[in-house]
Amino acid sequence: MDRPLTEHIREDKRPLALKDYEKVGGYEALRKVLKGMTPQAVQALVKESNLRGRGGAGFSTGLKWSFVPMDAPKPKYLIVNADEMEPGTFKDRLLLESTPHQLIEGMIVSAFAIQADQSFVFLRWAYKEAAKNIEHAIHEAYEAGYLGKNILGSGFDLDMHLHTGVGRYMCGEETALLNSLEGKRATPRAKPPFPQVSGLFGRPTIVNNVETLCCIPHIVNKGATWFQKLSLTSDAGTKLYGVSGKVKKPGLWELPMGVTVRELIEEHAGGMQDGLKFRGALPGGASTDFLTADHLDVKMDYPSVAAAGSRLGTGTMIVLDDKTSVVGFVKNLIHFFAQESCGFCTPCREGLPWIEKVLNAIEEGEGHKEDMKMLDLHTKLLGPGNTFCALAPGAMEPLQSALNYFRADFEQYIKEQKAAMAMV
Amino acid sequence: MESEIWNMKTNESMLTAEEKHKIDEAISIVPYKKAACIEALKAVQSHRRWISDDSLKDIAAYMEMSSEELDSVATFYNMIYRKPVGRHIILLCDSISCWVMGYENIRTAVMQRLKIKYGQTTLDDRFTLLPNPCLGTCDHAPALMIDNDLYRDVRVDQLEEILDRYA
Repeated sequence: MDRPLTEHIREDKRPLALKDYEKVGGYEALRKVLKGMTPQAVQALVKESNLRGRGGAGFSTGLKWSFVPMDAPKPKYLIVNADEMEPGTFKDRLLLESTPHQLIEGMIVSAFAIQADQSFVFLRWAYKEAAKNIEHAIHEAYEAGYLGKNILGSGFDLDMHLHTGVGRYMCGEETALLNSLEGKRATPRAKPPFPQVSGLFGRPTIVNNVETLCCIPHIVNKGATWFQKLSLTSDAGTKLYGVSGKVKKPGLWELPMGVTVRELIEEHAGGMQDGLKFRGALPGGASTDFLTADHLDVKMDYPSVAAAGSRLGTGTMIVLDDKTSVVGFVKNLIHFFAQESCGFCTPCREGLPWIEKVLNAIEEGEGHKEDMKMLDLHTKLLGPGNTFCALAPGAMEPLQSALNYFRADFEQYIKEQKAAMAMV
Repeated sequence: MESEIWNMKTNESMLTAEEKHKIDEAISIVPYKKAACIEALKAVQSHRRWISDDSLKDIAAYMEMSSEELDSVATFYNMIYRKPVGRHIILLCDSISCWVMGYENIRTAVMQRLKIKYGQTTLDDRFTLLPNPCLGTCDHAPALMIDNDLYRDVRVDQLEEILDRYA
């Protein structure tokens, strides 16, 4: 089984130095592209490979690139979104820490494809080890002539900078990330104009996820058909899948796209901890709808998870067991989203704390029957189309699905806690 | 011009040569000064632990922006500290995987041991305790960071030994 993204990662997870990366074929894709491919040909290849964005939205990477006007004057920007902060998500950390050159090569090839001359790694502050390793790898790449002026004698120029953030989940939203890089509050921008046309400092800009860009050198080296065949389903490639929660062996694995929820939990994560039963899981981070025991055979790819009423998201799953309170679980998620709301639009800023208060009341025995209606209503008020960006609708995904699948848990809390309080 | 006016108001800028050097470096890669203001806040905070009102004014003057505008940025980001913090900062992950894995026990133990709550600093100025969203190491929950060090699969019985490493 091919694991192109992780096969060369050392057991001790220490990063591959430049010469070690070159020994296993590193920077060959860059040579190939600079020697004999046009930017348009690279874009066409990536489009043909059917690579979809691994940051959560799943948009076609090649198609995204094609919106950049090729004749626009420089500067143009290529940015890697390495601000991994979706609760329950820990996949990009591995690539950032252990294979920095793979990411850098992916960035240079991608920058060539859109003819960008400036690139940024927007890295989460908490990833200290990654910061150190990427900084060093960028330095090595400059020294070797893979970055800077006239790369490998091709006439193509590219600079790369590491920017470490200062917190806030909002920075992961593409346009908020751009505002943050411009030294502003990380609030989202109205679209259109889309960043591909008017992004960082008003210039054409592409923002891609870490895992997405790490796929690029392999697609260039081995072709679009090879990449498609890595997958078990119609979505191409491999995927970094993770499982956390009360399973026997929480972890992260690169597997063919389209393994089932059951395989992830039972085979790779070793099943539930003794004495616990699987009740549900958020398949791709905190802002995805619950899947339940009825969905164990769902394939973890974009269309299959969508057909089951959720989203593949980041592909890192958080498991809910039968001894963990559903109300507490959802409250924890809503607390996160309420705290991380940028405050820019009203439904999100006001609605999320309100929901948190209601859930808190239910948990503390102060819940009322009417609260259920209030929660139902809020999943609509904060849903798609009513807010400026995807933060609040994302927050409603676990809530609405919990109210759907685990409604009795909420109702029982309201009923029994009230009774218990009355006894006191 | 604007910076001169600000300098007059706040007397001489107290930014050190080293801080200015770091800020200048950040300014050199963006099209206009203001765009590097987060880097400037980081640079000064790395030397002074936090951003005081005086520091804020000095940085704003250097970046040719009003201190109000800079403060609107500084207060948005949770890793820019606008209140004094201790020598070491404990960031306790309170997000979903850590919650499922029982981070609340770690929280209680740290608070009892250090006799502080979230947002507080120990009397000896040694630790500040802050809640923090997901640290991105969910397969090793519960997790916490102290300064630049990440601790994973943390158990209550390890806390004493971990905290003892920080003077």
